[in-house]
Amino acid sequence: MNEPKRPMPAGPATSVGMFASLRYRKARDRVVEALLLACGMVAVFITVAIVAILVSESAVFFEHVTLKEFLTDPLWTPLFADAHYGIMPLVAGTLTTTFVALAVAIPFGTTIAIYLSEFAPHKVRESLKPVLELLGAVPTVVYGYFALLVVTPVLQKLLPELPGFNMLGAGIVMGLMIVPFVASVSEDAMRSVPVYMREGSYAMGATRLQTALRVVVPGAFSGIAAAYILGISRAVGETMVVSIAAGMQPNLTFDPTQPAATITAYIVQVSLGDLPHGSIGYQTIFAAGLVLMIITLLFNVAGFFLTRKFREAY
Amino acid sequence: METTMSTAADSATTGGHEAPRIAINMDGHRETAPRNAAKARAEGLSFHYGAHRALKDINLEIPERMVTALIGPSGCGKSTFLRCFNRMHDLTPNTRYDGAIHFYPDDFNLVAKDVDPIEVRMRIGMVFQKPNPFPKSIFENVAYGLRLRGVSNRALLEEQVEAALRSAALWEEAKDRLQASALTLSGGQQQRLCIARALATRPEILLFDEPTSALDPIATAKIEELIAQLRDQVTVLIVTHNMQQAARVSDFTAFMYLGELVEVGDTSRIFTNPSKKATEDYITGRYG
Repeated sequence: MNEPKRPMPAGPATSVGMFASLRYRKARDRVVEALLLACGMVAVFITVAIVAILVSESAVFFEHVTLKEFLTDPLWTPLFADAHYGIMPLVAGTLTTTFVALAVAIPFGTTIAIYLSEFAPHKVRESLKPVLELLGAVPTVVYGYFALLVVTPVLQKLLPELPGFNMLGAGIVMGLMIVPFVASVSEDAMRSVPVYMREGSYAMGATRLQTALRVVVPGAFSGIAAAYILGISRAVGETMVVSIAAGMQPNLTFDPTQPAATITAYIVQVSLGDLPHGSIGYQTIFAAGLVLMIITLLFNVAGFFLTRKFREAY
Repeated sequence: METTMSTAADSATTGGHEAPRIAINMDGHRETAPRNAAKARAEGLSFHYGAHRALKDINLEIPERMVTALIGPSGCGKSTFLRCFNRMHDLTPNTRYDGAIHFYPDDFNLVAKDVDPIEVRMRIGMVFQKPNPFPKSIFENVAYGLRLRGVSNRALLEEQVEAALRSAALWEEAKDRLQASALTLSGGQQQRLCIARALATRPEILLFDEPTSALDPIATAKIEELIAQLRDQVTVLIVTHNMQQAARVSDFTAFMYLGELVEVGDTSRIFTNPSKKATEDYITGRYG
C-alpha cells in the first residue's frame, strides 16, 4: 500500500476513466484487506481474552492459596471442609491417562499409517481412510461409555483387582479415539515423501518394509512427530472419557489401575455443581484451567522445536 | 530390427590386453569376464503400460565394462527401456514385460516373472535424474545397500564406504563430514553420492537415467569424467537427452524412436555416419 507514487505517463493511453478505475480498484483492495484482517483478528482476540480471563481469575485464587501449597500439597479437596489445594493429583491423573492413551495410539496409529501409505493398494486405502475418519466423528461421550461398560469389564477379567473406575480403561479408549487422528496426520506426512526417494531405496534392492522403515519414516519424521504432539494435546484436553470412566477422585498416583481425576474431569465436575460465583471453589476452575493450558502449551512448543530440528527439505 | 553390434564389438576389442576384472560380490564369489563380452542382451523385449505398448520388440546387446548410451526424443521409451533392467516397472501396477533380457554370465532372464526383482536390483544399480540422497548422513547413505544386505561390521562398512566414495570421486570432499546430512551437499556432490551409494554394493551393471539433467555444466563435467572412469569397474547403460554427452562418454550408442530401437553401433560411427535416415535427422537436430 506504500508504493512510491510514480507520475502517470502522459499520452493517449492515460485517460481520465482509467485513472478513476485504478483508484477504485485500489480502494476496493484496501476494504477487502481490512475485512480479512478483521476476521483474522477475531481469532487472536478470542485467544487473548481467554488467556486474560484465566490469568486474572487465577490471580484471585492465588491470593488465597500460595503457589507453594498449590504445587506441593498432595491433596486436592477444595470442596471439602478441610480444603487442600494441591494440583499435583490432577496433574498426575492427566499425565497417567495421557501416557496410557499414547501407549495405544502411537504404535497403532503409526502402523496403520505405514500400511496405508506404503502397502495398501489404492482401492483399500481409498475405502479405509473414510472409515478411519468416521471413527473421529463418534461423539466422545460414546467412547466414555464404551470404556466404562465394555473395556473395563474385559480388563477386569485379566486383572480381577481392577476397580470399576480406573485410568487404564479410560486411557486405552482415549488412545483408540486418537488412533485415527495420529494415523491420518502421519500418513499425510509419509505420502509427502517424494516418490524419487522411495525409488532410490527400491533401486538399492530394498523391500517395501525396509523402504518404509529406513527411508520413508525418517524422511517424514517431522510430520509424524507433529502427529504425536497433536495426539498428546488431544489426550491432555480430552474430558468426556476420563470423566465417565476414570472415576472423579483426585488421587496422587501414577498407577493406571487406580481411579483418579484429571484436570478436565475436575473442571466438569465443579462446573456442574452450584458453586457460588466468586467463591474459592469457583476460582479453582480457573487455576486448574491455567495449568491445563500451560501443559498443552509446553507440549506444543516442544513439538515445534522437535519438528523444526528434524525438518527435511526436499 | 537390425543390430550392428557385431561390427561395433570388433572395433572395441582392439586394445586386447586389459587386466581381467575381478568382481568380489558380498558372498565372496569371484567372477571374471572379458571386457566387451555380452553382459546383458535384450531379445524381443516389449513392455506394456496397461494396454499401451511402450516398447516394441527391442533387441540390444550391452557389452561388459563398456558405456552404452540410449538417445532419442522425449517419449521414445529410452527411460522405460532402462527401467526394465532393474525391474522398476514392477512398482507400477498393470505393467507387463514380454520377451527377455538375458543376463550373463549366469544366463537368466531378468524380466521373467519368477525372477525376484529384489535379486535383480541387488546386482544392477541405478542413478536417477534428480539426485535423491536419503535424509541421512553421508556415511549412512553409502552404507545403505550394505546394511540392506546385512553388513553391520563397523570396520567393514567404513572400508567399503571409503572405497565407494573414492570411486565416485567424492572422498576428498566428504571425508571430514561423513556424519553430516547428505542434504548439505551441493547438487553435483549429491549426485556423486548417489553414484557412490550404488557402487558400494558392487553392482554388475550401473544404470544412469539422465544423471546430469538437473546439474550445472561444471558438475556435469565431473559426472561425465566419472562415468568414463567407471567403465573399468562396471558395465554402464546411460540414458541421455544430450547428444554431446552421449558422444563424450559412451562407447556405443543406441537410437530409439517411438518405442523402437532404430539403430545401434559404435558411438563415433552413429554420430558421423548413421545408417538410418531417422538417426541422422535426430542427431542433426531436425526433430526431438
